[in-house]
Amino acid sequence: MGSVDRPRPAKKTAKNRRKPASTNEPEFVQLLTPEGKRVDHPGYELSLTDEEYRGLYRDLVVIRELDAQGTALQRQGQLGLWPSLLGQEAAQAGSGRALREKDTVFPSYRELGVQWVRGLDIISAFSLFRGVDLGGRDTEADRFGIYSIVIASQTLHAAGYAMGVAKDGSVGEDGEAVVVYHGDGATAEGDFNEALIWAGVFNAPLVFFCQNNQYAISETNARQFRVPPHQRAEGFGLPGIRVDGNDVLACYAVTRSAADRARAGEGPSLIEAYTYRMQPHTTSDDATRYRDEAELDYWRARDPIVRYRSWLTESGLADEEFFASVDAEAERHVLDLRDRVMNLPEPEIADMFDSVYADLPAELRAERAEAVAFQASLDEGSEA
Amino acid sequence: MATMTMVKALNSGLRRILEENEKALIMGEDVGLLGGVFRVTDALQKDFGSERVIDTPLAESGIIGTAIGLAMRGYRPICEIQFDGFVYPAFDQLVSQLAKFRNRSGGLISLPVVVRIPFGGGIGAVEHHSESPESYFVHTAGLKVVTCSNPNDAHWMIQQAAAGDDPVVFLEPKRRYQAKGEVDTERAALGLHQAAVVRPGSTATLIAYGPTVDVALASAEAGVEEGHDLEVIDLRSLSPIDWEPLRASLRKTGRAVVVHEAPRTLGMGAEIAASLSEECFYSLEAPVLRVAGYDVPYPASRLEDDYLPNLDRVLDAVDRSLEH
Repeated sequence: MGSVDRPRPAKKTAKNRRKPASTNEPEFVQLLTPEGKRVDHPGYELSLTDEEYRGLYRDLVVIRELDAQGTALQRQGQLGLWPSLLGQEAAQAGSGRALREKDTVFPSYRELGVQWVRGLDIISAFSLFRGVDLGGRDTEADRFGIYSIVIASQTLHAAGYAMGVAKDGSVGEDGEAVVVYHGDGATAEGDFNEALIWAGVFNAPLVFFCQNNQYAISETNARQFRVPPHQRAEGFGLPGIRVDGNDVLACYAVTRSAADRARAGEGPSLIEAYTYRMQPHTTSDDATRYRDEAELDYWRARDPIVRYRSWLTESGLADEEFFASVDAEAERHVLDLRDRVMNLPEPEIADMFDSVYADLPAELRAERAEAVAFQASLDEGSEA
Repeated sequence: MATMTMVKALNSGLRRILEENEKALIMGEDVGLLGGVFRVTDALQKDFGSERVIDTPLAESGIIGTAIGLAMRGYRPICEIQFDGFVYPAFDQLVSQLAKFRNRSGGLISLPVVVRIPFGGGIGAVEHHSESPESYFVHTAGLKVVTCSNPNDAHWMIQQAAAGDDPVVFLEPKRRYQAKGEVDTERAALGLHQAAVVRPGSTATLIAYGPTVDVALASAEAGVEEGHDLEVIDLRSLSPIDWEPLRASLRKTGRAVVVHEAPRTLGMGAEIAASLSEECFYSLEAPVLRVAGYDVPYPASRLEDDYLPNLDRVLDAVDRSLEH
């Protein structure tokens, strides 16, 4: 696993005590300090089994390695693009693990970690960015939406889906929550604000999970809002809470609480997970144009895995043998993923026609036949 | 058979949809308590409740976006966009989301959503209330686009649109809303995507849809005095287009004029003229001509009679066609 950007605590120097440009250290729910010290927060008690605690570590490491493989595959020309989630593992694993089987997730396009902890096949994330298909999946069957690239568009789909959950009467202890993931940039979009209106007006069982990773490509929070998203929720009539997005335990506790609230029919809420995107926006982006090493050092010192591993060790929940076994397991998943990505079948020309309509119109059938025949004639020509 | 206005025919069609499919929903601005600004959904909320006939926030993107989510959950929303010019805030949700979800999902997700839009001019309205946005949607793969020209079609086409598994943009010619006609309440005469020859003729073919079908029929009647025997085709479905009746008509008459309110450039007439030129070249006696809205924003209402295709402009085009 030597190729992975293994986080390490930054050296304590005057330089890297610098705060992020956009904001000062925020107030948020934190259960585990960057140094790995367990702290309490009123209203967010958390007591998991030892196995669950160890499981969260496994999640964090596996997600980081799978994501790193996405970056590696792109660098090797096997993917057209990869949007890395490095640094956001705790926000995704903590929130995703807090959900129940019947809950439904609507992702943005960086939610590999959520997809993983939901127990779903993650190949659709890679087939999308390899360009062999459009990342399709059956939202209702998988309880996980299609990656959504038009920013904030999925927030409305989630609001509508959650309205449907309420219409179905799927509320109460055995009910369903819907969680929509989006970023800080999405909060500036009209669709996001409309989704807040709709979720509130119709009391939809919806949790907005905003991963505020500080950047919308190059633009900082200062270009997206004057008040942070969790405060904006109040104006829409729903509770908003900010959580340390690099603290897996806090993300778990806060999401569980919001999802419980949704399931109980008490309505929507908004979580702002304060985190940081350690990699550029995607593999096509050059983050050195808009941020410096000092800022990265600040966030390296807040790495979600380092603190969690430190706490597990200190509290006697895990030892070096366990950590080594997790590394080995992650490597197996990575090798399996790599093999599957490289062997994804290439699409055929007819594929672009077949799913456009349930009932393919005659003219389009004819166009499809023409395209297939023309391609075949070229292939024959090149073979001759 | 019953005589009723297009508004009433739509209302009774919607009522049957709600009766026959418990997953069907109606949603939009003012569609519930008020019954819609044109009263198309009159009394439906009273009879089916506010859980099924939903007054929504005033947010068009929200209407389409949440309808998508509801459809993913198994519901069958019928959305109303209050006026043609108000559909643009929903453009992304229509063309990138609603239209493409089935394709993006590899066929795993169907979105049976109908988007009703009163469209077209001729009612003396203030700006943004008289537009013809059909080309945007016809240009978008994944959407189906239809329009009715009479109460019987309105009654049946809305039911057929709601019965399918593909999203349908359903355009209602608002200046024909109060026109009365016979409605066969027992059975539909045509499928949703079939064109209809509404007046047989031999001199030339007028191709129209929605509000201009009536203009074409009036032109054909007036043309009789000038010795013309004009055939009129009601396109009904704009996407997909039912080409065969058009080609058959062209093979017979050799001349065609397409009539629509939308601006001429890249309008339906452009596609129809291009396609018929490719498919019926040796049958054509003249180029396929277009009588359309001018390539300007919809004008102030005191000018709309000059903007909209009318009898004089249609018959002038027929004369130009016959001069070839």
